[in-house]
Amino acid sequence: MMLDNLLDPVVLCFVVGVAAGVLKSDLQFPEQLYEGLSIYLLFSIGLKGGIELSRAAPGEVFLPALATVALGVVIPLVAYFLLRRLGRFDRPNAAAIAAHYGSVSAVTYAVVIAYLVRIGQSYESYVTVLLVVLEIPAIALGILIARLGSSTGGVKWGALLHEVFLDKSVYLLVSGLMVGYFSGFERSEAVAPLFFGLFKGALALFLLEMGIIASRRLEGLRHAGFFLVMFAMAMPLISGALGTVAGLLSGLSLGGTTVLATLAASASYIAAPAAMRIAVPKANPTFYLTAALGITFPFNILAGIPIYHAMARFAHSIGG
Amino acid sequence: MTLAHRKLVTIITESALENLLVKDLEKFGVSGYTITDVRGEGARGKRKGDWDQNRTICLITICSSDLAHVILDHLAAVYFEDYAVVAYLSDVEVHRGNKF
Repeated sequence: MMLDNLLDPVVLCFVVGVAAGVLKSDLQFPEQLYEGLSIYLLFSIGLKGGIELSRAAPGEVFLPALATVALGVVIPLVAYFLLRRLGRFDRPNAAAIAAHYGSVSAVTYAVVIAYLVRIGQSYESYVTVLLVVLEIPAIALGILIARLGSSTGGVKWGALLHEVFLDKSVYLLVSGLMVGYFSGFERSEAVAPLFFGLFKGALALFLLEMGIIASRRLEGLRHAGFFLVMFAMAMPLISGALGTVAGLLSGLSLGGTTVLATLAASASYIAAPAAMRIAVPKANPTFYLTAALGITFPFNILAGIPIYHAMARFAHSIGG
Repeated sequence: MTLAHRKLVTIITESALENLLVKDLEKFGVSGYTITDVRGEGARGKRKGDWDQNRTICLITICSSDLAHVILDHLAAVYFEDYAVVAYLSDVEVHRGNKF
């Protein structure tokens, strides 16, 4: 199962991207292509979720969404505690890293969806909503924890909330959701070839670039230290297990539970770093970027997803 | 034609600070500014500019010597400690001195 996952073209693209970085190839995507692909991917993800949401029974989403908010609060608290007590990180760094692990990576979400589609596992398609729901609370919580211990002035919450809620990735996901929800299945058919037909190919290309970017973050490994490297692989397993429990308790199917576990296990590297750099300047970006992007992201893509699927299967076999 | 003496303020920093810096400069009353994307390497590592969190900007503005020193002091007090910032002043001569 693990090897099968590694042979998926999307995952292989990531591997050759990492190799390009490690081997110091001069391959580099133009900034506009990276931006363009991420806009396309995020909007597609939102759109697909919105269309599915328009076909879901109202109220069906409520319980899983509630469980997701709980995850968004519990995961950063667990991460913060581990980083402070075992890792001896100071408050700003622990809070900033915890925020990254509580928030989500939309690309990891896209890869788990591709994984489920490939193995023919059905899932509740409205799980995109959970992706959006999980993105925000941890970032706000991380900033709050970091600021509680600092004496330097109050937080400009207005500007900060604007930054977080209108961050381009959140905005694209939410606007995609709304466009999909209101236009519905039939009216969206005309845009389907672009947004859904080409999705996996675009994702593969994007993962190639993500491989290059992730490999560059590995330069930070020697500054990050042994504990952080271990944390970046252990934390997704802990959050994945928490996500599995949350999925099972809130009544998600096996596929839906796998998605929620993966969302819980993923670490943000777009919205969270941007917010932390401004809101928690004392936190060193080398730590959170190396952990979230250099280690956890590759870990989830290469090994994590089949593990979370196995966790969800195990949970459903004893609990469902 | 006589040219007026002014200061050119050059700030090279993380793109994350762009909005904050622009707000600061507007508050100080500069008449305009120019921002370009750049890349390079400094004390805080290589900044290749290959993705969002690794982009670097160069912000320049021309203003009076007094204002330039106010800006530089402000940068030193607020940003130098936690962010990758290089900022310096240089002498320039301009037409239309009343514009700057």
